[in-house]
Amino acid sequence: MSNFNQKQILETIRMIKIHHLDIRTTTLSLSLRDCCCSDVKKTADKIYNKIIKYAKNLVKFANEIENEYSIPIVNKRIALTPISLIGESCDNIDYVYLAQAIDKAGCEVGVDFIGGFSALVDKGFTKGDLLFFEQLPEALASTQKLCSSVNLGTSKAGVNMDAVIKTASVIKKTAVLTKDKDSLGAAKFVCFCNAVTDNPFMAGAFCGINEAECALNIGVSGPGVVSSAIAELDKTADFGEVSNLIKKMAFKITTTGELIGRKLAKKLNIPFGVIDLSLAPTPLRGDSVAEIFKAMGLEQPGAHGTTMALAMLNDAVKKGGIMASSYVGGLSGAFIPVSEDSGMIEAVEKNALTIDKLEAMTSVCSVGLDMIAIPGDTPDSTIAGIIADEMAIGMINKKTTAVRIIPVIGKTVGQYAEFGGLLGSAPIMKVNSYSSLDFVSRGGRVPAPLHSLNN
Amino acid sequence: MSDLEDNQIIITVTGKDKVGIVAAVSNCLKKYEVNIEDIKQTIMQDNFVMIMLGNIKNMKVTFREFKEAILELSKELSMEIWVQKKEIFDKMHTI
Repeated sequence: MSNFNQKQILETIRMIKIHHLDIRTTTLSLSLRDCCCSDVKKTADKIYNKIIKYAKNLVKFANEIENEYSIPIVNKRIALTPISLIGESCDNIDYVYLAQAIDKAGCEVGVDFIGGFSALVDKGFTKGDLLFFEQLPEALASTQKLCSSVNLGTSKAGVNMDAVIKTASVIKKTAVLTKDKDSLGAAKFVCFCNAVTDNPFMAGAFCGINEAECALNIGVSGPGVVSSAIAELDKTADFGEVSNLIKKMAFKITTTGELIGRKLAKKLNIPFGVIDLSLAPTPLRGDSVAEIFKAMGLEQPGAHGTTMALAMLNDAVKKGGIMASSYVGGLSGAFIPVSEDSGMIEAVEKNALTIDKLEAMTSVCSVGLDMIAIPGDTPDSTIAGIIADEMAIGMINKKTTAVRIIPVIGKTVGQYAEFGGLLGSAPIMKVNSYSSLDFVSRGGRVPAPLHSLNN
Repeated sequence: MSDLEDNQIIITVTGKDKVGIVAAVSNCLKKYEVNIEDIKQTIMQDNFVMIMLGNIKNMKVTFREFKEAILELSKELSMEIWVQKKEIFDKMHTI
């Protein structure tokens, strides 16, 4: 068989070269369940050695595959079992010590991020979880590559409002500890409702307790491919045609992810996990989810109609991608971070996009409020209110929602936070100035919702 | 996956047309013992476009070394050259 199709080859190269098609992340999911022991130093050693053993070739092999197929693999990452489950067996637990050991291992193997410094507290805290929350800000501030997440609620269990308040305080304390870097520490932390166990994306990637010893999960990307295809479509093409086109592009993006994932997993001699069918933007111009809204006909993201555009986009991406991969998982859908998307930043600058509209959009997007910078003097109770609203959307709609918000200490509306790299830069957004204090201070747990009588 | 799939590569050369492009690329492939199985060549909007199907079964160096040599050649020729395993195109465009 020596057939090849010239048009298809040129289309693929164009997608990679001009429209920034890439594999956003190859994430090694690694269980730490065999690392529990009663001494923190021994635990740290076991974790460190296990990471080195499994991940030593991850970056090298990913680079080789990237070279062979000429498609960028932007990030190489590791996702670990939630550390609170491992650390609490220690008699002398010190989460900062564990964080530093994990971070050291991440630096040693050369990955971009290492996640799973996490706790699952949707129904309540263990003694270990409480210590974890206390030590988390320092752990985040004293590490480079470490990412952390907490699950605060589920549709089955309701929302742990005590944990929401603690999380708001963790975000603020981390922001203060990293204020010389525009509060970057808070960008490496996310809180979830209905967290998924096989997500390859940071800051929320962890290896769920139901997951295998290890697996390779892939996050694909290519919002530029979708926006350019829609832009080339006739302006009068109806929604059926637009949706069909998105499905086709999502198929092409996903098959590429599947190929690269399987090749890399084989090379690493570990099982292939899932593909996260995602459209994840980067700060590069043209690699933007906001551009897709514009191509669909909205003047700016945030204009009335944006929620519908996003709902259709998200659904079509899933429909197109699902045919292209044998195992789909993670957060699958379109991400709408602000600082990582040049089009979203522009929309905020033009006052087209507010935090309230973003909140509405999270009811139909892949995750939630993502990479949003807010004034550094925002009270903890207001941050807790923002988180509570997002948890409510996830809990009632049985979807994953999240908050990754950065109170930028010393800065306010009109100024910018600079995070660098994939995290980009963010205009600081206005939050509602009325108080949520008495509401969130009630604490306790929001009971699990009813799953019938839907309206 | 068969060996054939793993050994087939696509070399895409684009840029301003000039004398000796095919010869230079073919020479480089010969040097690394990459067999040419098919060639298609056109002019698109004044641009020279050549796509070659190669087989690296007998290649003696690593893929990276071969690719570096091709990229070096692309600089000499002032042409853009992409080298990729063929499988990426097969997977992307077929159900």
